[in-house]
Amino acid sequence: MEPIVVLLPLFGAMLSMPVSWLAKPKASEILTSSFLVIAALYSWVLFFDVALGGHARTITLFQWIGSGAFQADWALRLDTLSATMLVVINTVSAIVHIYSMGYMKDYGEQPRFFAYLSLFTFAMLMLVTADNFVQLFFGWEGVGLASYLLIGFWYKKKSANDAAIKAFVVNRVGDFGFALGIFCIFLVFGSVRFDDVFAAIIQNREVIPFGLSAGGPILDLTLSIFGGEYHALTLIGVLLFIGAMGKSAQFLLHTWLPDAMEGPTPVSALIHAATMVTAGVFLVCRCSAVYENAPDAAALVTLVGSITAFFAATVGLLQDDIKKVIAYSTCSQLGYMFFAAGVGAYGAAMFHLFTHAFFKALLFLGSGAVIIGMHHEQDTKKMGGVRTLLPLTHIFMFIGTIAITGIGVPGVKLFGAPLGTAGFVSKDMVIESAFIAGEAGRAFGFFAFAMGLLAAVMTAFYSWRLMFLTFYGPSRAPDHVRKHPHEVPTTMLAPLVPLAVGALVAGMVFYPFFVGPKSEQFWNGAIYAAHDSEHGDDHGMADKHASNDHGAEAHHEDETHHGDETYGDTNHTDQSHGDSGHSETGHSKTGHNDTGHGDAHGADDHHGGHHVPSWVLWAPFFAMLIGTGGAVAHYRGSDPLKPGLLREGGMIYAFLKNKWYFDQIYDVILVKPALFIGRFLWKQGDGKVIDGLGPDGIAASVAASARRLVKIQTGYMYHYAFAMLIGIAVLLTYVLMRIGGGQ
Amino acid sequence: MSFAAFSFYLFSAVVIASAVMVISSRNPIYSVMFLIAAFIGAAGLFILMGAEYLAMLLIVVYVGAVAVLFLFVVMMLDVDFVELSQGFGQYAPIGGAIAVVIIVELVFVVAAWTFPAEAELARAHPIPTAGQVVADPNGPNNIESLGLILYTEYVHYFQIAGLILLVAMIGAIVLTFRTRDGIRKQDPADQVARRREAAVELKKVKTGQGI
Amino acid sequence: MEIGLGHYLSVAAVLFAVGMAGIFLNRKNVIVILMSIELMLLSVNINLVAFSQFLGDMTGQVFAFMVLTVAAAEAAVGLAILVAYFRNRGDISVDDANFMKN
Repeated sequence: MEPIVVLLPLFGAMLSMPVSWLAKPKASEILTSSFLVIAALYSWVLFFDVALGGHARTITLFQWIGSGAFQADWALRLDTLSATMLVVINTVSAIVHIYSMGYMKDYGEQPRFFAYLSLFTFAMLMLVTADNFVQLFFGWEGVGLASYLLIGFWYKKKSANDAAIKAFVVNRVGDFGFALGIFCIFLVFGSVRFDDVFAAIIQNREVIPFGLSAGGPILDLTLSIFGGEYHALTLIGVLLFIGAMGKSAQFLLHTWLPDAMEGPTPVSALIHAATMVTAGVFLVCRCSAVYENAPDAAALVTLVGSITAFFAATVGLLQDDIKKVIAYSTCSQLGYMFFAAGVGAYGAAMFHLFTHAFFKALLFLGSGAVIIGMHHEQDTKKMGGVRTLLPLTHIFMFIGTIAITGIGVPGVKLFGAPLGTAGFVSKDMVIESAFIAGEAGRAFGFFAFAMGLLAAVMTAFYSWRLMFLTFYGPSRAPDHVRKHPHEVPTTMLAPLVPLAVGALVAGMVFYPFFVGPKSEQFWNGAIYAAHDSEHGDDHGMADKHASNDHGAEAHHEDETHHGDETYGDTNHTDQSHGDSGHSETGHSKTGHNDTGHGDAHGADDHHGGHHVPSWVLWAPFFAMLIGTGGAVAHYRGSDPLKPGLLREGGMIYAFLKNKWYFDQIYDVILVKPALFIGRFLWKQGDGKVIDGLGPDGIAASVAASARRLVKIQTGYMYHYAFAMLIGIAVLLTYVLMRIGGGQ
Repeated sequence: MSFAAFSFYLFSAVVIASAVMVISSRNPIYSVMFLIAAFIGAAGLFILMGAEYLAMLLIVVYVGAVAVLFLFVVMMLDVDFVELSQGFGQYAPIGGAIAVVIIVELVFVVAAWTFPAEAELARAHPIPTAGQVVADPNGPNNIESLGLILYTEYVHYFQIAGLILLVAMIGAIVLTFRTRDGIRKQDPADQVARRREAAVELKKVKTGQGI
Repeated sequence: MEIGLGHYLSVAAVLFAVGMAGIFLNRKNVIVILMSIELMLLSVNINLVAFSQFLGDMTGQVFAFMVLTVAAAEAAVGLAILVAYFRNRGDISVDDANFMKN
């Protein structure tokens, strides 16, 4: 029965077009959607069975590649990690399918769209259920393909095609690293199966890299590449992470994600928020055994993740396009997940991934409803007051916003879980994990903590800015839109209900399992804990700090700390998000300098061990308050478009507005030279050299020699007669010579 | 020098000299005349070799038919032969060179010739020459012996030769045949196919009125 | 001096060479070319008859008979073509006749 969970979407993808030919386009929508609903329901069943019931198993469907030592199967690896992903993917996908029935109504070509959606879902499921790296790579590329097809769904739009190509090409960079990582794994371990690889790492087996005569214990193994000796696991970790960076739009390889918003909004919700972009996080978590034993690689993950969280949030501050804001928000949240994984809190990373899927899909789908309602308008500057036009959508978006900004009550526990929205629980978990890791001496732990807090401030700010610009204040839309908003069909609103519920309570409900007291049993070995004691303490810590007694104690103990940290209270009144951010930075530096975090912090915070000071618990909450306060103060007024601290024309404004000039820099250092080289090779290399010497040259010389040969055919009869006679003479001479020679 | 040798040299000189004149005359009519002379000389050579029938054939067919046909065509065509003769020597060097090469090589062949054993066997029973026929009136003469194998062993070739001549005749007619407009010709098929109804129309003529 | 096979063959060889030279020399004049071909065929006939005589085998003469037939046919068809050609072109010069090219 299990295979249907991955095969139903494939069948849907294959049958979508035939069904639309046989019946009506509507039929293919219903078919694919119902397949997905069945798959989603069944994946919940599997989730309860595998993750909560502890029945992890691997179902091998058949052998895919068997070539000497290289073996790869088609398999369904069902453990907690993949079961969680199954639930996320199939649920969001089913919801998006249903939602798309309404959303795509005006656009046409629904069968193709639904086929792509289902194809994507299938590829994503292959990715997460893989039991070896090659199948994972298959799914990895499959989702890349589906993403390309869906971003460029409106293929008549040049911008959509450009965005699709950009997404594909940028992903190639990451995939190159990923492929190299897989090669490296096979080189070192002689196998690409997860079980073999991770078992070898955990048991620190002696391995002999392929083609080498001598090996050694895997944890100490080094590979010699280009004259340098590299720690094998670090190398593998870094290469795999490069793949993850591409797929998950991390810093430096993030540029494709905002452009990918050219695709239809349901696509953004499914692929570029909830599922595909989290594949990188999934990969890092899946390879937790590698990263736990490659501290440098894990440090890189932390560093890149925290920079992304911060960077994307800063850019999100100034975006006007409703989808771009959410896109940068996604980018930022992915940064959270990565640094959580980087500091070793894989449970927290997966937890945030899980909750993020709910509220981010909710936000995207809600914004899709807004876009439809506003006659395909995406610019928030031309909205305003939409609350009265689309009251239901407003409620959903509101829920999504409080979920992402993290509304909750720190320190209060309800049935053993923190009280708050999904984002509150998971994001706080992530930030605290970073702090704990920093305390434990992990590289970039405090840096990630600081970046996470800063990003939290900005997240709150831009999320509420989006809400206020869109739904509140006077309407800035044209008259006909204001008077006759486009109808938002029920099929677009009904699917949002489960997402909204998830956004509100998923954090609280699943807290005990993902990161809480039951996590050990929940993960059931799906996530490797290198330093069992330490890791256990981590979780225990997380549990304890939230438990009543410790929470209260921490509270009292850190009341004083808090006192001098109420900078936000004074600062957020000045209506300046930027300034709030900066003061936050300033404050953070008192605790731990960005650069010299390790020592400075050790001297400052004498909390010792794994105790989390209560200011750490409260910090995300206050960060949220600061950001929210700033947004309220600035955008709640009568003129939300009035200039704030960052004025147009200012350097920082331009810097952020241009997304840190990444596109421009890449254009100059990568795109332009690539185009130049391409044109050079095309015109000179291919056109002149290859064609000139090859096909064209041969053709030309054949034609020229044929022209010379044609002259032999004069058409004069006597020439032929001469030729014959000369031939006779020559032949006769030859025969006589032969005979003469023979004698 | 015997009579036979004298005759051989005489006929050979006639043949070769006539052949040279054939190719070197400016006027094609002279060429044809010398061609006839060459044929007659060759017929003499044939007789010397005892092939009287072929000699007669050469005279009758070649001189009587082919050469006359050449003459006819040359005279019929209104051609400026002087103009045609221009550029006579243009290819003389290469033509002469090839001719010399061929002659030298053929002479080599003749000088170095030996007969195989079977040929020697055949030479023991030569076909009779004219002189032998006179000496032995009862033996088979040349025509008889030719007829004996031509109509038995080589009858198919003989038939094919006839067909070749037929085809050549038809071909020559087709090539030179032309239909001219404006000439009234008899068409027997039309005449035979003509019916009374198409030719005769009966009219009742009233008395005293005419048509 | 006995007249042998070699004498006849030599005469035939010379005749053949003269015919061949005739083709080269009179390249413009088709009639003379045809006559040269007749000369070459005649030399072949002399060869055949000579061998027939000196080998005592009548087959050579049968073959000469065939050659005569073909030569007569060739002359008839060739002259017919010449007549047709002349009728179309008003000329028999093969100097500028390169139909086989175009």
